[in-house]
Amino acid sequence: MSGPTMRIDVHHITRVEGHGNIHVEIDDGAIRKIEWEVPESPRFFEAMVIGRHFTEVAPIVSRICGICSISHTFSSLRATEEALGVTISEKTEALRRILLWAEILQSHILHIGYLAAPDFFKVGSVLPLVASHKETVLLIVKLHRLANETADIIGGRTTHPIRTMVGGWTMLPGLREMEALKIRFEEGVEDAKKLAEVVATLVPLLPEFTRETEYICLTEHNGYAHYKGMIRSSDCADALPLSSYRRVTNEYVVAQSTAKWAKFNRESYMVGALARFNNNHGALTPTAKATALQLGLRPPHYNPYGNTLAQLVECVHALETCAGLAARLLDTGLKNENTPVTVRAGSGVGAVEAPRGILFHEYTYDDRGLCRAANCIIPTNQNHAGIQHDMEALVPRFKDRGKEQLQFMLEMLVRAYDPCISCSAH
Amino acid sequence: MKPRVAFFDFTCCEGCQLQIADLEEEIIGLAAIVDIVEFREVLTGSAAAYDIAFIEGSITRLADEERLKDIRRRSKILVEFGACAHLGGVNKLKNLRDATTVRREVYGDAWDMPHLNTLPTRAVHEVVTVDAAIPGCPINRQEFLTIVKALAMGLPPKLPDYPVCVECKKRDNVCLYDIGMVCLGPVTRAGCDAICPANRGACEGCRGLVPDPNNNSMKDVLAKNGISLDEIYRMFTMYAIDPEVFP
Repeated sequence: MSGPTMRIDVHHITRVEGHGNIHVEIDDGAIRKIEWEVPESPRFFEAMVIGRHFTEVAPIVSRICGICSISHTFSSLRATEEALGVTISEKTEALRRILLWAEILQSHILHIGYLAAPDFFKVGSVLPLVASHKETVLLIVKLHRLANETADIIGGRTTHPIRTMVGGWTMLPGLREMEALKIRFEEGVEDAKKLAEVVATLVPLLPEFTRETEYICLTEHNGYAHYKGMIRSSDCADALPLSSYRRVTNEYVVAQSTAKWAKFNRESYMVGALARFNNNHGALTPTAKATALQLGLRPPHYNPYGNTLAQLVECVHALETCAGLAARLLDTGLKNENTPVTVRAGSGVGAVEAPRGILFHEYTYDDRGLCRAANCIIPTNQNHAGIQHDMEALVPRFKDRGKEQLQFMLEMLVRAYDPCISCSAH
Repeated sequence: MKPRVAFFDFTCCEGCQLQIADLEEEIIGLAAIVDIVEFREVLTGSAAAYDIAFIEGSITRLADEERLKDIRRRSKILVEFGACAHLGGVNKLKNLRDATTVRREVYGDAWDMPHLNTLPTRAVHEVVTVDAAIPGCPINRQEFLTIVKALAMGLPPKLPDYPVCVECKKRDNVCLYDIGMVCLGPVTRAGCDAICPANRGACEGCRGLVPDPNNNSMKDVLAKNGISLDEIYRMFTMYAIDPEVFP
């Protein structure tokens, strides 16, 4: 038998968050090695918060991730509120929902525009695109700015929010600020639709590769779940309670990665925008559904490269939903509705949909409100095994295209997952 | 010729690098005064030597120490960038506990696999010589631009040498101690425009101590407000300020 011989060694793949390596060895067509390696240095956050007061836990774990600090904050606050028996008001929840969508928008636009787009134009970064595709780049910058300024206005800062706390908010945005945001969200829907028109022309450039897998995300009765809900797996008939998260995630350690891997009903599963789209597409806004059709996305979609397209669909959904939430808050008015917190011993699990997928936090507190146990399960941990299995399915099919093309497809595959690698080695 | 600038990340959340992307249109202005030759998170490319290297993250492994020393050798100016690089950041919290316990708590039975081994967390200047620091968790984007402009012109960058309280007064913020909160503003280096107190969040000391902090006045504030030793310890250790400074 004869075939290609090649070595692919991508050391610290670029345009992703964190450090990952790709290794492929093929001799005379025989595949010797395919490895997605994560050498990121572990940080031990679950051990760092032990002995810390419940008010300090969310600000510390926010530092797990610079891109999804708001998701970590909310997953943490939800777990702590569950442990302490704190119920937040409807308006507090509505404002949290806007802030969480803002982070998803920020992260998705960063990925679509700055990290993934250069692959379609065969350039190294977004900088050359400023000259060649100025209008589209400015559209991306405008949406990115809107997402970040929403975080500034509601959370007090773009990264690592300040105003978020157990039971509510340290401060609320002003009515004028909310009015201005509402108008910008409405404009943003139009901007995201324009961006979708451009991206639709690039869809044929996505590799034709599918691997059906298990898709896991949060699910809610009324709405496209992101702030709360139960666990939905595409392999299970019924949704599962959050308390069963360890049975779903089954984290384990492998030698090729400092970040743990996860599996449930199959050898791997997928979380993130595509998983949410596949499981919850019925709850998208009509405009977001139209965007999906325009991008050729129909559920279930089994091409992992389509994750970037599902992210864009979610941007449209996020902006439209935020405009609606802001309008309702303006109708009812904003006032302090913080829930008083009484310290008690207890445990709680919280979960939100971070930009990259379902994110679980669990804490146990003692009767002084000090943390005694913590567990955080990050979306990218739940995707690492899927990336490995995708690579194992992809390499045999495309190895005859030559080293350069194969390496490009593998790097693009990793980017499609939009991994948050340092987050996964928390 | 424009200075060749590179960004590198070690153990951290990469949130400080993200602040560069968050400059939005101002990135184009930044690219006009410096030549960004290496920045793995957002661009593909590398270079052999750098005029200015920004180091994000703390140092927790031997291999990372070697990589940092190699970057140092190839850089004219090396800047520690963000609280993890500047102070060790929240990553130093693990240094306060027994290393084996920490590894067991996170990795369970697999705790002693060799690839999971790390050293106590160090700030960048605890490993190599640094020429400048940009504090903060995350960094302040405008302070970053000011410092880059100074470095590009060959000037020494300047950080404020007064505490966050000064900026708080300027913004007319309510003093958090007056509303029953605890805050490290009296001894923390300013430059963040008191962003946390302005949003009713305690200053966590992420920019490190101001030069010559007024320890006696800080002790008085803590005593007057009946802050317990446990609480003081937790406050000062979040960003690795030695709690022994305020016994």
